[in-house]
Amino acid sequence: MSWAFRIGALLAGLAVLAAGVGLVWLPYDTASVNIAERTLGPSLAHPLGTDHFGRDMVSMLMAGARTSIAVALVAVGIGMGAGVPLGLLAAARRGGWVDEVVMRGNDLIFAFPSLVIAILITAVFGPSAVNAILAIGIFNIPVFARVARGGALPLWTLDYVMAARVAGKNAGRISVEHILPNIANLLIVQATIQFSLGILAEAALSYVGLGAQPPTASWGRMLADAQTMIYTEPQLAILPGLAIVATVLGLNLLGDGLRDMLDPRLRRVRM
Amino acid sequence: MPDAGETTLLAFDRLSVAIHGTPILQDVSLALPAGRVTGLVGESGSGKSMTALAATGLLPVGAQTHGAIRLDGRDLTTIRERDWLDIRGQDVAMIFQEPMTALNPVHTIGAQVSETLRLRGTSRAEATRIARDRLDRVGLGSIPLDRYPHELSGGQRQRVCIALAIARRPRLLIADEPTTALDVTTQAEILTLLRVLVDDEGMALLLITHDLGVVAGIADWVAVMKDGRIVETDATQSLFRDHRDPYTRDLLAASRPPARAPRKVPPDPVLAARDVVRAYGGHRAVDGVSLTLNRGESLGLVGESGCGKSTLTRALLGLEPVQGGTVELMGRPSGTAMTRADRAKISVVFQDPYGSFNPRWTVRRIVTEPFHLTGRPPDAGARASAALERVGLSAGDLDKYPHEFSGGQRQRIAIARALITEPAVLVLDEAVSALDVRVRAQVLALLDDLQARLGLAYLFISHDLSVVRAIADRVIVMQAGRFVEDGPVADVFAAPESDYTRKLIAAAPAIPDAWVKETS
Repeated sequence: MSWAFRIGALLAGLAVLAAGVGLVWLPYDTASVNIAERTLGPSLAHPLGTDHFGRDMVSMLMAGARTSIAVALVAVGIGMGAGVPLGLLAAARRGGWVDEVVMRGNDLIFAFPSLVIAILITAVFGPSAVNAILAIGIFNIPVFARVARGGALPLWTLDYVMAARVAGKNAGRISVEHILPNIANLLIVQATIQFSLGILAEAALSYVGLGAQPPTASWGRMLADAQTMIYTEPQLAILPGLAIVATVLGLNLLGDGLRDMLDPRLRRVRM
Repeated sequence: MPDAGETTLLAFDRLSVAIHGTPILQDVSLALPAGRVTGLVGESGSGKSMTALAATGLLPVGAQTHGAIRLDGRDLTTIRERDWLDIRGQDVAMIFQEPMTALNPVHTIGAQVSETLRLRGTSRAEATRIARDRLDRVGLGSIPLDRYPHELSGGQRQRVCIALAIARRPRLLIADEPTTALDVTTQAEILTLLRVLVDDEGMALLLITHDLGVVAGIADWVAVMKDGRIVETDATQSLFRDHRDPYTRDLLAASRPPARAPRKVPPDPVLAARDVVRAYGGHRAVDGVSLTLNRGESLGLVGESGCGKSTLTRALLGLEPVQGGTVELMGRPSGTAMTRADRAKISVVFQDPYGSFNPRWTVRRIVTEPFHLTGRPPDAGARASAALERVGLSAGDLDKYPHEFSGGQRQRIAIARALITEPAVLVLDEAVSALDVRVRAQVLALLDDLQARLGLAYLFISHDLSVVRAIADRVIVMQAGRFVEDGPVADVFAAPESDYTRKLIAAAPAIPDAWVKETS
């Protein structure tokens, strides 16, 4: 295992752990305001202090992790769920009009600046976590379609696919039985990368107020709220910022490490 | 070892190489005389290519060497990478098996040949002049320097590789399977060219090959390699006539599979194609061919790459539509619309033992895949075991994965898969071409035995005439989408009707009969 993989797994694992624990238990309620305890420094009761509404920062970060990871996870799910079948279909019909339609559709989505369109979608349909998920998810579709098609194309020339055709199997069945398991490693690596991009996108949407709405906690909105106090209470901006950086960096390192581990050609060089 | 008058250019002196502690070469001693061709023969994994890499300082990271490689009294195993830069290209040059990947597709051939000269400070004009001269030398006088590799044929590309290698007049040329990816007629031309270059320029040539027929035709000296050791070295003719090592004897015997005894097969057509046409746009890849395959018969189909034999095979298997003519399988119309039950009557074994199986599937799942055609029988497990045992493997192998098997064993698994639906026709598409000769002999014997027991009809597609001779009763020669010859094997080999067949037979590398004592 490479150092990149270890560090990535540690950082990403921390974020997932925080979100997982946050699902069932938080040290303090993040929805109630307690002005008497606003902007406290670190103490035993509040290890990272409290924010401008007197809410516990540890609880806020955990609840924010919950939101970020949930949004990114579902967005990656949408991207894979729609993109991978489209990519497999394009590869199965390579060179035909279906391939052409799917790939040009991909190009069309790629041609739009993703975050601007996400802002447009949330602005039109109203700001909410669900709309943020949809907006991010749609832009994941062409990425997974490309990766799936690119990985599938060389496999279609192999003899075991020819043998399956001789055994009377149709393209759909061959895609599921022979192609998909052999491109799974590519997809897993891409999913980790898209996951980190999803967290970034969620933070950006929340920052401009188009993501999860109060009282749902979100790293992006914590940043936005802290903006006016950046000189007096810098820790309120630094802490969610660090959480975003650590999680995104961790997922990218994890993706790189996974790619090296799953690709036998790279593995041989590393060891 | 070299005769008087021969000067040794480069010598391996008890060279041993280990990679991460695994021994790859052991005590390899071999002298390469100037102006002579030394053949290094062995099966895959024997260490032939590692020997070449050692002589060019290109061993993989982590390799430890013992012993010496001497060039001009210098030991090449101890010099630094910076010093190698002066030796490669200048003293030692190399050509590879695959001429397509050995050339950079985005540079012209002129740029690639002159690059090695420009590296040493030759002026552009002079480098271009020399590049032109070298390309003329390798027989590409009519090809302009501004051509790209994809505009040339495989044989022309290999000539460019040779021009590139000899650009700076190296004293040693190493050729690693230089003709393995080429058609027989092209192979013969390239081998002739190499021989002429060695004779004219006084180079030493180390020719690495798995094919004893190739060394018989071109080499002065032959070294036989097995498991990282050289088991025997001798002048070519004496090695063939009086070898001492049993491994050399086995290799020789397997290289010359005995021709099949003529048999009479009663006419009982299981596969019949009439006037089949397969066209891509205006190009007719298969241009009106007819063939009949009888029950229990082996039909060889021979032709060079691009002749249409693979296209014809796919059409016969019902994987591609035909634009004209008919194909009948067991008296029923065949084609892309064939029913599953009809498809179960014909199956196929492919060339590549490594690409033939989904690496994530167990052997059990692999060999039972064709049951998709017939519906899974209740005794599928027992039939899978029986199929493996029939090809010389055991039922215990069912739960293993393909990577746990050698190339020969994989071809056996492929045969087991092809036979599980009890087809009448088995298409063998270059099925033994990627195998080492001794393994090839075993698989050929297995095919012979299966045919006798199961009454199978084989369509045996190959570029290798000696193999076709060993397995086929009848042979068809295909050229540019048409059949130019169709007859019993013995007749075709003894008295070919077409010039093309004559050319193919003449070009095929062969060990002269007089050199081999009949032992069997």
